[in-house]
Amino acid sequence: MKKQLKFKVNGQPYEIFVEPKKLLVEVLRDFIGLTGTKRGCNSSSCGACTVMLNGVSVKSCSVLALQANGAEVVTVEGLAKGNKLSSLQEAFLDHGAFQCGFCTSGMLMSSTALLTENPKPTKQEIKEGIDGNICRCTGYNSIIRAVTAVVKGEYKEAQ
Amino acid sequence: MSDYTVIGHRVHNVDGTEKVTGSAKYPFDVVLPNMLYGKVLRSPHPHAKILKIDTRRAKRLVGVKAVVTGKDTLGHKQGIWRRFPELCDEEILCRAKVRYIGDAVAAVAAIDEDTAEEALDLIDVEYEPLPAVFDPMDAIKEDAPQIHEGVELNININRHIEWGDVDEAFKKCDHIREDKFKCSSQAHVCMETHDAVASFGYNGKLEVWTSSQSSYYIQRLYADMMDMSESDIRVHNRHTGGGFGSKFELDSAQFCAALLSQKLCRPVKIVLTREEEFTATKRRTPMYYALKLGAKKDGAMLAKEVRVITEGGAYTAMGATALYLTGFFSSFPYKYPNYRYDGYRAYTNTAPTSAMRGFGAPQSTFVGESQIDMLADDLGIDPIEIRRKNGMTPNYEVPGQAFIQSCGLHQCLDKIEAHINKRGKLPPNHGIGVSAYGFMSGGIFNWFNTPYAFSAAVVRINIDGKVDLYTGACDIGQGSNTTLSMICAEELGVHLEDVRIFSGDTGICPPDLGAWGSRETLMNGNAVKRAAADAKQQLLEFAAAKIGANIVYDLDIKDRWVHLVDRPERGVSYFDIVKEAIRGKDGVAIMGRGHYTPHRKGMISPAYSFGVQAAEVAVDPETGRYKLVNVTTAHESGTVINPVGIEGQLEGAIMMAGGYGFCEDQPMDEGKILNPSIADYKLIRSLDMPETDILEIDTYEPEGPFGAKEAGEGLTNPTAGAIGNAVYKAVGVRIYDLPITPEKVFNALREKEKQSKKAKK
Repeated sequence: MKKQLKFKVNGQPYEIFVEPKKLLVEVLRDFIGLTGTKRGCNSSSCGACTVMLNGVSVKSCSVLALQANGAEVVTVEGLAKGNKLSSLQEAFLDHGAFQCGFCTSGMLMSSTALLTENPKPTKQEIKEGIDGNICRCTGYNSIIRAVTAVVKGEYKEAQ
Repeated sequence: MSDYTVIGHRVHNVDGTEKVTGSAKYPFDVVLPNMLYGKVLRSPHPHAKILKIDTRRAKRLVGVKAVVTGKDTLGHKQGIWRRFPELCDEEILCRAKVRYIGDAVAAVAAIDEDTAEEALDLIDVEYEPLPAVFDPMDAIKEDAPQIHEGVELNININRHIEWGDVDEAFKKCDHIREDKFKCSSQAHVCMETHDAVASFGYNGKLEVWTSSQSSYYIQRLYADMMDMSESDIRVHNRHTGGGFGSKFELDSAQFCAALLSQKLCRPVKIVLTREEEFTATKRRTPMYYALKLGAKKDGAMLAKEVRVITEGGAYTAMGATALYLTGFFSSFPYKYPNYRYDGYRAYTNTAPTSAMRGFGAPQSTFVGESQIDMLADDLGIDPIEIRRKNGMTPNYEVPGQAFIQSCGLHQCLDKIEAHINKRGKLPPNHGIGVSAYGFMSGGIFNWFNTPYAFSAAVVRINIDGKVDLYTGACDIGQGSNTTLSMICAEELGVHLEDVRIFSGDTGICPPDLGAWGSRETLMNGNAVKRAAADAKQQLLEFAAAKIGANIVYDLDIKDRWVHLVDRPERGVSYFDIVKEAIRGKDGVAIMGRGHYTPHRKGMISPAYSFGVQAAEVAVDPETGRYKLVNVTTAHESGTVINPVGIEGQLEGAIMMAGGYGFCEDQPMDEGKILNPSIADYKLIRSLDMPETDILEIDTYEPEGPFGAKEAGEGLTNPTAGAIGNAVYKAVGVRIYDLPITPEKVFNALREKEKQSKKAKK
């Protein structure tokens, strides 16, 4: 039996009917068409599906879509303001903090959530902040450098 | 050198904005109108006859549109070694027999994934289980079950390499070591699992979006398996979520999606689950190594003998190449005057083993570099010194095998020695281990039997001076789109943003063998450079007439300025020249073509990269647990085209190769992989990642574009050996089998204590 899901994604309200077993990642990708959020394992161990749910990072393969009822979800598509990239996106570009790019959306969402919660994390806290995200290409250090550069105020956030 | 305007500069990845905004479309994201979703049924048995497959119940399920089994195939077998039909041994969808847990037996297309999944449970397969064999040492015994009909002792293939007089040389050695090692398997763990959207039209033509390292191989293998003309198959590859050696053979997602689509003339999408990715795709080849190494007192290594048996798994895959390369790279990076290698690959009833980043060289480097440290220890010689004494130098011929032009190994050794000295006295239970390595810049071997050039590119200059670059090269994350665009821009004298690259689309790009064997920078780079030079030549012919330059002056283009080389101030705007030239050619765009195939460059590769790595570990002698503190690498890859790309390759390789040395493993029970999930398969995560430092070495490779050579796979070779040597330096125990887990270190420490107590008594 499908149930109604009312929630906001990247500021846009949606009202849709979904089966109770549908995962948030499935609704985002397959119903709303936001394919920036990836799915690498479906068992909340790779982090590729990370999004922000009410300001907190969650793995959207471990959340039922209906659990997001009434919530505000931010996906990677919601990071840029108009045609201006966010500081973290700019820093990822400058530092080459991605290669194949498949984990990148999740990495950006975990990093964004980290900085929302703690704007001045230490290097150790940055490492902890992305420890739930697997990257098979970069070896993480370029990602840590990119986040560090934002923490140091090297980028001006788009308004 | 410094007057390059594009190469060597820190630039953004040309696909970067797409990747950081989530707008990059991977095959995983492709959705087509009227598309169906497929799932694959796999064998639960390691070895069994298929007696009967009944698909009737599955077909009756509402929402199921088609079911295929081996009977729906032409019965062809795929293999990348197309020149050797006996090595093409994989049906993909099995007809009479399954050979490992995960072998595909049927596939379903349905309106959604859930329905397809449900339908798999309704397919009734009757098997007759057969005796199975899992260990290659058992597989080569007389009474072992035969996995492939007619293959005696399950020996799939053997390889022999020899030069000098090994037996005579051993007689002259002052010291000989004989050691045995075992190298484990490793999963590629691409973040994007294998996937494909295959779409047959009513015109009989096939279009496929798939995650792959070589669109051309996939296209050609489809043609073989489905008896089609290759130009009726178009394979797209815009973005691929990682490859690492796992994505250049036709896989079950690709083949089954196409078969199902052919029946229905509807697009079918199959995405392998993470569990399938671990259990039903290929993996790194496990190897048993027996090494004999002889030297003079002064450390001069006179002879080496290597014997290897590899666990092949159920099919040949790329295992034959891994078998050859592990033998070739066992001699690296040293000048052995006498060398002998014998390798055997045994079929087993396990998931097939194949190519993985380094392609046999991480295994040979782990065992070789461990043993050299042991030899140095026996002889009382410093580990750097013994490598210096025997290390390869420029213009060295590996007898009968290869010619090495540029080689910066000795500069790398100097830099690493300085790094170790600078580190000074280490805290207790810390150790620094070194490991030296080399790797090829693309393979010369043509087992695929391609009639095309190895690499090709087309450059089109449009009326506005913007450049379209077409190449079959595949960007799998290694950054070839960026590196090749940089080469094109530099050669043509334009800016990077003037170039737009179209890659990996067999419908519009000239064929390229793809991304394997670290070949794109050198091989495709040469093709791109030649294509750009061809286009530039056409422009310059026009410019010469236009400028009215004296014939003694050379013309060139740099920074969008067409000018006399000796009088650069005399020139005209590139954009103006392009506009007029195209107008003068009746509106026809300027097209440049380039290709590259290595002729007369030995048997392996036209060029080799070298490096030395130092790993520092801190061991807890109570528990055996250890931490990777720092990994410093001196790597030489010729001229650096894309510095951000090389840094990424270096650091990323340490995550993967460190994992191979430190924690990654695929334990099995009766052919069943026990940890087929990311939660259970231990990878290096951000908290385990060591500090990484890079010491760049300046070399120039005459065979490479602008002097460049590989920087992709070679970096995966040294780390396991460096970790092993570091653990030994830290606490005095030697681990002979990978991965070097805390448990093994703990057990070795306890054993060492026992031995020293015994000795005291």
